[in-house]
Amino acid sequence: MAETLEYSPKTRLSQTGSNQYIVEKDLDTEYMTLNMGPQHPATHGVLRVELITDGEVVMKATPHMGYLHRCFEKHAEALDYQKVIPYTDRMDYLSAMNTEHAFVMAVEKLLNIEVPRRVEFMRVIVAELQRIASHQVAIATYGLDIGAFTPFLHIMRDREHILTLLEWLCGARMLYNYIWVGGVSHNFPPKFKQRVAEFVKYYKPKVDEMMALLTENELFIERTRGIGILPADVAINYGCSGPMLRGSGVKWDLRKNDPYSIYPELEFDVVVPDGKLSIIGDSLSRHLVRCYEIYESLKIIQQCIDKMPEDPNFDPHAAVPKRIKPPAGEVYARDENPRGEVGFYVIADGKGTKPFRCKARAACFVNLSVLPELAKGNLISDVVAILGSIDIVLGEVDR
Amino acid sequence: MSKLTPEQIHAIIKEEFGAETVSDLDNSRTMPNFTVLDHTLWQPMAYFMRTDERLKFDYLACLSGVDYGDGTLGAVYNLESLSAYQHKIAVKLKCTKENNTIPSVAEIWRTAEWHEREAYDLVGIVFEGNPDLRRILCPNDWEGHPLRKDYTVQEYYHGIKVPY
Repeated sequence: MAETLEYSPKTRLSQTGSNQYIVEKDLDTEYMTLNMGPQHPATHGVLRVELITDGEVVMKATPHMGYLHRCFEKHAEALDYQKVIPYTDRMDYLSAMNTEHAFVMAVEKLLNIEVPRRVEFMRVIVAELQRIASHQVAIATYGLDIGAFTPFLHIMRDREHILTLLEWLCGARMLYNYIWVGGVSHNFPPKFKQRVAEFVKYYKPKVDEMMALLTENELFIERTRGIGILPADVAINYGCSGPMLRGSGVKWDLRKNDPYSIYPELEFDVVVPDGKLSIIGDSLSRHLVRCYEIYESLKIIQQCIDKMPEDPNFDPHAAVPKRIKPPAGEVYARDENPRGEVGFYVIADGKGTKPFRCKARAACFVNLSVLPELAKGNLISDVVAILGSIDIVLGEVDR
Repeated sequence: MSKLTPEQIHAIIKEEFGAETVSDLDNSRTMPNFTVLDHTLWQPMAYFMRTDERLKFDYLACLSGVDYGDGTLGAVYNLESLSAYQHKIAVKLKCTKENNTIPSVAEIWRTAEWHEREAYDLVGIVFEGNPDLRRILCPNDWEGHPLRKDYTVQEYYHGIKVPY
């Protein structure tokens, strides 16, 4: 028996007593390729991640995308500037207002026009409402990925209030075409501000409730704490932005660091994790940043309501140019989306009413590029936790 | 060390690499930029820009591939010093359609890897030295580069009629 076993390099006999032997078998491991997606609930859309696994451990993760590529940049070259705005809505369909705002700012910079002060307040109010709605989806579906179903229902109930408000404002629930070059499409309806103030008052305790229900849940913390740690320098080198970057402890928020609109006049904090509940840079930190940013957004909305100039005869189309024909030039304008920096690099040739080139810098696209780095060496089930904490929207990744 | 103006940044680069290697500064209102004329110097220049104490451009915000429509292609890099000074500059590199290569900076800013793949996919610029230069948004066997100004869409893709 002993002779035959010796032929296999993976099996050996070791003597433990005078005539006691243990047969040790080093089982040969084999890498297995596993496809996660494109129809996988945890990939939040049509993303395929090719995992090379050794047992349960991921050795290599390669994201494959393009399933939702709708040629935004090619379309933009064939459309007038105003007509590009609805397309930008459909990039990050969960934060349409913020993406519109970034594109509109790019065109306004090219045209070198000022927008009325009241319009800036209106834009910030809808953008911050949108930020809350977007973070709500991120937090709720993150719980869903990990296995917490109840918080999802609570959060979606409150998200409904925001969508109803925005529907009342401009008729659409998700894809608004609300922010226009030089203005907005509709003035605030009567009592809109009052209803927003009511929502702020109503929602603050609900955020506490959400924190108690999901974030302080022992099981949730166990699943996310210490998983997928992203050091700050790696995050910067990979171009991460938004909650991804702040989760790693970098105090970087374009609303503060490259201020636009009326953000310099408003008081709010840039949230970074303090490292008490989470390990800085892990999945839980990114989740915490989103939770606390909801409080900051509520603060901003409240200030905007208080400071917003009243004007009964206000025309939101007053500064909207009839024909947008910017002088030749190029611009890179960006804003802080719920998912990070969204920028538009627009070249105008000065001859027409269409952009010569319009490149969208998508936050999710860049944030997703760090996934192979984070997934390496983790368990397959933790890849779900990591991917959820990156919070991707495939419409924006693929454009 | 403090936040620098585009002129100062441009002067530092010119002093380090020589005045003829970069173009004059286009100090436009919307996006100050300069063009790197000597491609062989782009990788050392990028490394210098990231690591030099005065510049510290550690964040590549955006990389855009452009077809200028006159036979030249270009890559535009929007750089920013995120952790140190918060100054910004845009750098351009240009190449021709026939000789469509630009050195890759994926080893200097890792974020450039996917951006370069996108520029390769849509505009058809070959980034020499990119570790994984495949198409990223279009299918691997797609023909042509859609954002070229002279692009015509293929008739059939796997037996499916493409133009609608």
